[in-house]
Amino acid sequence: MDNKIRMKAENVDFFYGRQQALKGIHLDIASNAVTAIIGPSGCGKSTFIRLLNRMHELVPNAVLTGRILLDGKDIIAPDVDAVDLRRRVGMVFQKPNPFPKSIFENVAYGLQINGMKDKGKIEERVIESLKKAALWDEVKHRLHDSALGMSGGQQQRLCIARCLAIEPEVILFDEPCASLDPISTHKVEALILELKKDYTIVIVTHNMQQAARVSDYTGFFYMGEMVEFGRTEVMFTRPRDKRTEDYITGRFG
Amino acid sequence: MKAGSSRIIEWLGFWALRACMGFVALILVIVFYDIITKGIGIISWQFLTQPPLDGMTKGGIFPALIGTLFVTIIAGLLAVPLGMGCAIHLNEYARDNGLTRFIRMSIRNLSGVPSIVYGLFGVALFVEAAHFGTSILAAGCTLGLMTLPVTITASEEALKTVPRAYREGALALGATKWQSIWGNVLPYAVPGMLTGAILGISRAAGETAPILFTGAAFFLPDIPNSVFSQFMALPYHLYIMSTQHHNIVLVRPIAYGTALVLIVLVFTLNLAAVIMRYNLRKKGIAHGQ
Repeated sequence: MDNKIRMKAENVDFFYGRQQALKGIHLDIASNAVTAIIGPSGCGKSTFIRLLNRMHELVPNAVLTGRILLDGKDIIAPDVDAVDLRRRVGMVFQKPNPFPKSIFENVAYGLQINGMKDKGKIEERVIESLKKAALWDEVKHRLHDSALGMSGGQQQRLCIARCLAIEPEVILFDEPCASLDPISTHKVEALILELKKDYTIVIVTHNMQQAARVSDYTGFFYMGEMVEFGRTEVMFTRPRDKRTEDYITGRFG
Repeated sequence: MKAGSSRIIEWLGFWALRACMGFVALILVIVFYDIITKGIGIISWQFLTQPPLDGMTKGGIFPALIGTLFVTIIAGLLAVPLGMGCAIHLNEYARDNGLTRFIRMSIRNLSGVPSIVYGLFGVALFVEAAHFGTSILAAGCTLGLMTLPVTITASEEALKTVPRAYREGALALGATKWQSIWGNVLPYAVPGMLTGAILGISRAAGETAPILFTGAAFFLPDIPNSVFSQFMALPYHLYIMSTQHHNIVLVRPIAYGTALVLIVLVFTLNLAAVIMRYNLRKKGIAHGQ
């Protein structure tokens, strides 16, 4: 790999109760690059990405073994606080989930819960985040309108702005365009490419073209295992594994 | 042939269902008609603001009205925070295991416990063990306990209507669990929780059995001056006027007047709950948007 390794999964097994969802995953996530995880429904890709900021802990009976490292430190270790971790590893969900508050409040929320009190500073950061999320020009005249009145694509970019506001180091995108139209999808993809200059990005997608367009590295998951991992252009032109080839040529999935 | 018979069944089914609904509506109409026509004549400012006079054959129901208001308020003060807290714990914190399922089942079953049993329990716990004596406080707490199962169940339902995505969105921004609940769950659940609580409390306001041994008095013309006073209450007053009075026929209008006031009181509470739910829907939260 050309870039520095930011996060690393080492021999990760994951179970929902007795059912094994991930088997022996090894994966390196490079700094300032986009790592895509692709695979058919139920292959464990969304399960995996949720481990990276410990969102899996919200599910009862979740059992994780192995190590997940962020800058060399095991984030699953008991002395690591999940709340602190999630401030460093942000997440954008499959369905846009703005809070039913104003556009401004949505972005300010993360700052407020992290203890920022200075109103001027909050405002500054909100504006900056909306600009980074390429949303500012569309919303600058209606910052205090409800976020629920925005289009789906705008809502998703608002969720990205909300995430950027607390200045994470890694951003996880869990099928961020699954519910968006092609134009909105294009905007979000352009944004992801822009963001990788400053952030480490992991994106789960079932859209192979999307993975090909935005990612530098791709991991192909199948039935809870990582079948193949490599530079995206290599993976999509010369896959080593038969299953990867079948999937990317559309023979199943 | 077949089409013809299925059409008849359809027709019969439709009219059977319509008859069920009509019958229920009819009973309701009869009850209201009876109470309103017989009770409205006695309602006056004096009736609402005077104590019973002349061996409870004249005068009004003021002490009973005040007594019912006080016990209802106390019931609410006990049931609402306790019920909400319990529901928040059950829905947000407790793990879904055998124990919580058992607790949930017990809570549902509690709503089926006869109110007279709550009355006896209130005597043991509040009147005697807690040394509240027979008082507004003891009766209010007993009613509050009785309301708890409804409040908890309704509150849990309200919490369930708040989309999971709100919780996850907050947690993913580094919110603690409590921050996520306080900032992104409760604001959308509280109106629903209160709606359920009010319905429970309005039911309790009309109860006689739980206050019978815990503080309600036959006749107390003075307004209670502390929560440790005994009190008159509308449902108990109604019971006395229709069964215990020495001249039941003479005081019948007073009994009907009392019933009407009680019903109006309960309906006002229910109406408040309906309005709250309506506002909630208008904001779109109840539909998980």
